[in-house]
Amino acid sequence: MVRGARGAKVGVISLQGAVRPHVDALVELGATAVPIRTPDQLDGVDAVILPGGESTTMSMLLESSGLFEPLADRLGDGLPAFGTCAGMILLARRVLDGRPDQLSFGVVDIDVRRNAFGRQRDSFEADLEVAGVDGEPVHAVFIRAPVVERAGPEVEVLATVGERPVLARQGSVFVSSFHPELTGDRRLHARFLEEV
Amino acid sequence: MTDSSSSSTAAAPETGTFRVKRGLAEMLEGGVIMDVVDATQARIAEDAGAVAVMALERVPADIRRDGGVARMSDPEMIEGIKAAVTIPVMAKARIGHFVEAQILEALAVDYVDESEVLTPADEAHHIDKWRFTVPFVCGATNLGEALRRIGEGAAMIRSKGEAGTGNVVEAVRHLRSIRGDIRRITQADSAEVYDWAKRLAAPVGLVQELAATGELPVPLFCAGGVATPADAALAMQLGASAVFVGSGIFKSDNPAARAKAMVEATTHFADPDILAKVSRGLGQAMPGLEIDTLDTKLAERGW
Repeated sequence: MVRGARGAKVGVISLQGAVRPHVDALVELGATAVPIRTPDQLDGVDAVILPGGESTTMSMLLESSGLFEPLADRLGDGLPAFGTCAGMILLARRVLDGRPDQLSFGVVDIDVRRNAFGRQRDSFEADLEVAGVDGEPVHAVFIRAPVVERAGPEVEVLATVGERPVLARQGSVFVSSFHPELTGDRRLHARFLEEV
Repeated sequence: MTDSSSSSTAAAPETGTFRVKRGLAEMLEGGVIMDVVDATQARIAEDAGAVAVMALERVPADIRRDGGVARMSDPEMIEGIKAAVTIPVMAKARIGHFVEAQILEALAVDYVDESEVLTPADEAHHIDKWRFTVPFVCGATNLGEALRRIGEGAAMIRSKGEAGTGNVVEAVRHLRSIRGDIRRITQADSAEVYDWAKRLAAPVGLVQELAATGELPVPLFCAGGVATPADAALAMQLGASAVFVGSGIFKSDNPAARAKAMVEATTHFADPDILAKVSRGLGQAMPGLEIDTLDTKLAERGW
């Protein structure tokens, strides 16, 4: 049992994207996963995951579903959050190469560039050394992945590819360019649940 | 990434792996992929919340009307659509036409649809999709076809449905057939699994894997005849994990409103109150066709 996991209710924003792999990871670690599509489903969650998918689609659906404002309020009150890929983009202060009307919560002081490694044929897998995660390197799957172009003073960079940050945290909010939910390695989800 | 001075990557990055190919399909789950014929339509699709667009010269309804040989689209048109949007761009190659697929890979499209909507180029062979870095989606009418395509390297399966008809009945048949046989195989004992592989004309290893997991090894999407938000939600409730909409959007009265409604219906597929709300006031859907009246059934292409 992971510290923080027992009894924790973790919301997974389920508007679009790879929701189920996150749910599987949470359940394996002993937490309760709550799919969230409407504002009432946010009640009582102890943390939230923003999955991978298309950030432009999620941005539209956050607005049409009425989730954007209540979720922004909860994040503003310090709700622990983990955003992977599109989720990283949604949590960033600034989105480069996004659509002008694209929403983001701005709770992590980073500038993120969308599709920074190129198109799908440039998508890749690589092993990463992650600060604070012991043992084997973390095997990471990058799919049309974004990258952090600027990280503010409050942001701790936990892993890089080349010089480019791909995993970072600010307080209890974690963001990754890659998809820890797509490998069986649960160490990053476990690390996140310690904040809950 | 070729930077070997990396401070924290321990091994050389690897592109074109099956996990990366299937991964993009997983990122599209819960979304709507829309057929578009030019940059203007592509922008409407992206504005409405499409997760990807399929770039093609004519939507299936027009291919059906015009007849003749339907081929891969002009690279210039595909480039124009790539430049117009930030979401993934897919394009179609003819069944068995591996050179069209090579060209689409060179154009850096994000997914290749080896599609029965185009005129087949090979009457016996599909493309060997393992030879490509770009991922492939293929259509299927039943589980055997789905597993044969996965055996050839497809990283996403979609129902064929009957494209360009605005009639969802064939997609429903294909989804029910695939999902129903998956459920039945999970009840089979180990000897019966070999018989299933024989009857489905599918690779034994994949059938055994299916029997153990109860899941296809790649995402299953719906395509073919989806015309309304309710059609999209029906596909999702039947077990599809995302929806392709071909002619259904840009052959309707109000494409922008219908496209957004389809996106919302796909997300909230199990919430009838939201479905009722988003289905209102969309104008006429595309005109529909009875399957029995068709001269050409596209779903019969492919082997």
